[in-house]
Amino acid sequence: MYKYVIRRVFYTIPVIFGISIVVFVIMNVIPGDITSIILGTEGTPELREQLRENLGLNLPLYQQYWNWISGVVVGDFGESLRTGAPILPEILSRFGLTLELTLLASLIAWVIGIPFGIIAAIYRNTKTDIGLRIVSLFGVSVPNFALATIIILVLSLGFNYFPPVGYTSLFEDPLMNLERLFIPALILGVSMAGSIMRMTRSSSLEVLEQDYVRTARAKGIKEKVVIFRHAFRNALIPVLTMIGMQIGFLLGGTVIVEQIFSLPGLGQYILTGIMQRDLPVVQGSILFVAVIFVTINLLVDILYAYLNPRISYD
Amino acid sequence: MGEFLTKLRKDKIGIVGLIGVLLILVIGILAPVISPHDPTHTFNEHRLESPSSKFIFGTDDLGRDIFSRIIYGARVSLTVGLISVGIGAGFGLLFGLLAGYFKGWVDNVIMRIMDVLFAFPDLLLALAVVAILGPNLTNTMIAIGIVFIPVFTRLVRSTVITVKEMDYVSNAMSVGASNLRIIAKHITPNILAPFLVQVTLALSSAILTEAALSFLGLGIQPPDPSWGSMLNTSRRFMELAPWTAIFPTIFIVVTIFSFNLLGDSLRDLLDPRVKKE
Repeated sequence: MYKYVIRRVFYTIPVIFGISIVVFVIMNVIPGDITSIILGTEGTPELREQLRENLGLNLPLYQQYWNWISGVVVGDFGESLRTGAPILPEILSRFGLTLELTLLASLIAWVIGIPFGIIAAIYRNTKTDIGLRIVSLFGVSVPNFALATIIILVLSLGFNYFPPVGYTSLFEDPLMNLERLFIPALILGVSMAGSIMRMTRSSSLEVLEQDYVRTARAKGIKEKVVIFRHAFRNALIPVLTMIGMQIGFLLGGTVIVEQIFSLPGLGQYILTGIMQRDLPVVQGSILFVAVIFVTINLLVDILYAYLNPRISYD
Repeated sequence: MGEFLTKLRKDKIGIVGLIGVLLILVIGILAPVISPHDPTHTFNEHRLESPSSKFIFGTDDLGRDIFSRIIYGARVSLTVGLISVGIGAGFGLLFGLLAGYFKGWVDNVIMRIMDVLFAFPDLLLALAVVAILGPNLTNTMIAIGIVFIPVFTRLVRSTVITVKEMDYVSNAMSVGASNLRIIAKHITPNILAPFLVQVTLALSSAILTEAALSFLGLGIQPPDPSWGSMLNTSRRFMELAPWTAIFPTIFIVVTIFSFNLLGDSLRDLLDPRVKKE
């Protein structure tokens, strides 16, 4: 186990290195002269040349990469081309909101997805199961921006309630914060609940057919005990691996929801960066998200290995 | 095949999905015949009109016929879906076959690259690619296609590795069949079923991603009709003119739902691991 963890950790290092290269290359093949974007119409050829010099754009690519990555390693992500503000503090302060949104959405998704998945498995192939299967597929099929549109329309036209736009920090006013984040989190959570339910159902079905469950039943143990003590503890292991994937899904999904509800999170930062061609911002934030994503997957893998004794560590 | 069709006929959910998919296909193909107006024509005196007999889904802020835009939007969605899944599946098939068949360093190089691509959340990767290439139809398809490459590569590779262990493949090897012949005759047919399931599901996710990119203003650009960008524009006035939001939403949801229903049924029917009793 110990060896497995070490190896798995070492294995992520080249992946993170690869990510940094991909992000760097992607952002540096963008056509168009950045200096003319920054200077706008005021740029003379001399001013542009000077700016290129200052930004280090005249250096060969590998040297530019080195300058960037050696800064990143010590926490210096550079400055925004637009505002001149350092990028990492901005990422970190916005990440708090995105993280809160992600956690709240996950919580909603689990509370809906896991119980219904278990119910569907217990009543497999009955009307309940088929109904839940359709509902969950529907949940998976509604894009979060479409769901947001539906919810906003229903609330505003039907109930004359306009969801608050903008953001209040959790520490400033927890209740207001929850009111602002609840609908966005619900939207993200519902799209995710469908896939959690489906995963819970199929892994529960698999477990319910195992010999030890049959033995437990044959011994005359009550069905409830069989299901909750014997079956579902094991059934939830594969559901756990989905969490890693879902965090990625959510980190992508928050871009849209933050945009719709004007929440100043990381997703909005990336999107504004892309729209304004603020390359260091986009480069830094995408790297940040990808590294978080890889790290979560690493933790999930290790937890999975720990929980599932059948996995081999070699 | 016959057995498969009989089974599909019994699966009502799958049939509903299939009908939905065929309907959208027909709408997309026959767009010029069905749509009553030019999707980009602006009827200046008819802005934001509610549904009527002339404009059955109403008009948008520029006075364009929403019904016609939705019909042509189906064409855009399907084109993006088919071509981007084609890109992802094509490269995925190639890389997956190479990695799974030859193993060794080829496998290592390909799979490490895929690990890196996998490390980006889908939408972010697509956003990043569009950011470089610039938002338009072609680049949207390329961006979504790239997102699918690692998914298909992993699927094909794992199937190839399983099939390669089968006796009949090692027999073919021992009688000296060429690599190309083994891949074409013995391995590819075995990949078809899981591949087909993945293609159906990828189509739904490609259509969704296109709509999302266009919704963010980074996909299909106006005046070209796209359900996502229609929904994006409608946000500014949808409380006053809800039809501008409702119809694109319905079509996006129904299309993706149909593909998912079909894909889900195909998975149950074709995947030998999920045999129903």
